Amino acid sequence: MSYGANVLIDLEQMFQYQFMQHAFEAGTLVAIVAGIVGYFVVLRRSSFAAHALSHIGFAGAAGAVLLGISPVLGLFAFTSVGGIGMTVLGPRASNRDVQIGTVLAFMLGLGVLFISLYTGYATEAYSILFGEILGISSIDVLVTAVAALVILCAVAFVYRPLLFASLDEDVAEAKGLHMHVLGIVFMLLVALATSIAVQVVGVLLIFSLMVTPAAIAQRLAKRPWRAVILSVVISLIATWFGLTVAFYEPYPVSFFITTFVFIVYLLVRFFHPKIKPAKFLASLQSIEESGLDG
Amino acid sequence: MKSSHSIAVTATDQSAIITAEDVVAGYPGKIVWRGATFDLSRGELVAVIGPNGAGKTTLFRLLLGLQQPISGTIKIFSETPKRGNPSIGYVPQRHVIDNETNVECLELVHLAYCGHQWGFHLSAKAGRKAALVALEAVGAAELAPKPLNALSGGELQRIFLAEALVSEPEILLLDEPLSNLDIRRTQELVQLIDRVVRSRNVTALLVAHDINPILPYLDKVVYIANGKVATGVPREVLTSERLSALYDTHVEVIRDSRGNVAIIGIEDHHGDE
Repeated sequence: MSYGANVLIDLEQMFQYQFMQHAFEAGTLVAIVAGIVGYFVVLRRSSFAAHALSHIGFAGAAGAVLLGISPVLGLFAFTSVGGIGMTVLGPRASNRDVQIGTVLAFMLGLGVLFISLYTGYATEAYSILFGEILGISSIDVLVTAVAALVILCAVAFVYRPLLFASLDEDVAEAKGLHMHVLGIVFMLLVALATSIAVQVVGVLLIFSLMVTPAAIAQRLAKRPWRAVILSVVISLIATWFGLTVAFYEPYPVSFFITTFVFIVYLLVRFFHPKIKPAKFLASLQSIEESGLDG
Repeated sequence: MKSSHSIAVTATDQSAIITAEDVVAGYPGKIVWRGATFDLSRGELVAVIGPNGAGKTTLFRLLLGLQQPISGTIKIFSETPKRGNPSIGYVPQRHVIDNETNVECLELVHLAYCGHQWGFHLSAKAGRKAALVALEAVGAAELAPKPLNALSGGELQRIFLAEALVSEPEILLLDEPLSNLDIRRTQELVQLIDRVVRSRNVTALLVAHDINPILPYLDKVVYIANGKVATGVPREVLTSERLSALYDTHVEVIRDSRGNVAIIGIEDHHGDE
């Protein structure tokens, strides 16, 4: 393919292909969902959990391929069980690293086993790892739409309690919110969002839609609602940009998406400095000091 | 101190709103303290003091309904404490806001007002107004649009106090609000807390490591150490005789010319809290 002078004609040419239509439909849904869920991931400092969930999803997807069922089903089954497992093993959000790492290592081991048992083509594993948005069927789009709708409704319902619990766990708990329940709801949201986002960017690159846009948005907007919208806008632009460029260039979509968000992140990080190093050190010190108290 | 008249008006409007009767607190297999019996009335400023690890935060957990007493009864407005009691405003200990948390102060206080409600509200007007009123009450209206990660320790404590006040509570539980503040900020915050307690007629329990900055404002003190609890008017509780008798060991309470108090003979023991 090559670019023409007229952008409209270029776009028209692109959308003549059904696989591109599907890619845009699924990509748009995934970008919206990942942008929203990602804000909570960033706010709760749970990017390691999101990272782990996507890798756990890898085992699920590989298992599903082995059984001959849809990888999305395997992804969701494994990520949701893994997410609940992490929450149950480590009840306080702040110190879950070890529990997450434990579950993650075991699940990756399972994934390797499933891949080695699978006698088909290695491309299946490749598409799970790096995404295969250009191979999305209309059924995939439908599944993605349903999952996205479920996530949107759930977020609308838990928005304020989840935000409160993410910002100020102790006070939220004293106000009667159950951290365990909210933790599980959050993990299920991440699990479902991950399951559908894997189609677009793959297990390994899920951060590009789930964490980076939200991290950028959090630096730019100090009202959560605005940050959520901004995060969605950034991941939408990244996805559309990636798909469009990848249509004309012979390189993977996920590469363009990850590169786009990374460049935006760098620009915001260095030209919009919100974080003051001196202050950061001071806060570390005060944590250490108070840690000495009983 | 207003010991005499607080006894005199007990029967009228200043009846006890928190009562503890022979409370034993702790965890299964581990008693933190026992024998707590006290009444706290409306509008009282109460210090909860004692060595590290003595179980000061445990008292708050009992009042918040996050933990149950092993035996004895503790009541708030004649009811057993339950989680999510709207008449309690709470500022937890070691409250650290992550340096990356670029969320404005008004939003945090607003969430303390409506963050326990499920579903969506298209208009946040009432909540934002309540949040602003709470911020004004702690003299922090100008901090409303500032992000949390840009505040100093003293400013953060005022925001947390506003967060506790936004639901118009009748009881304030403040866990170590004075730690990590310098002398001037400590004074300012203590005066602010005193003003809030008097003007809103709320009962405030304040956990402190050092009683001296708050001593002039106190109505009562809850002293927790070595598994026992002494409660009453500071002048009566913080005496060598009283504490020596309670702990069955020689405890000395020393006062300097300015009225500052030092308690000698009870050592810190870590890890029980």
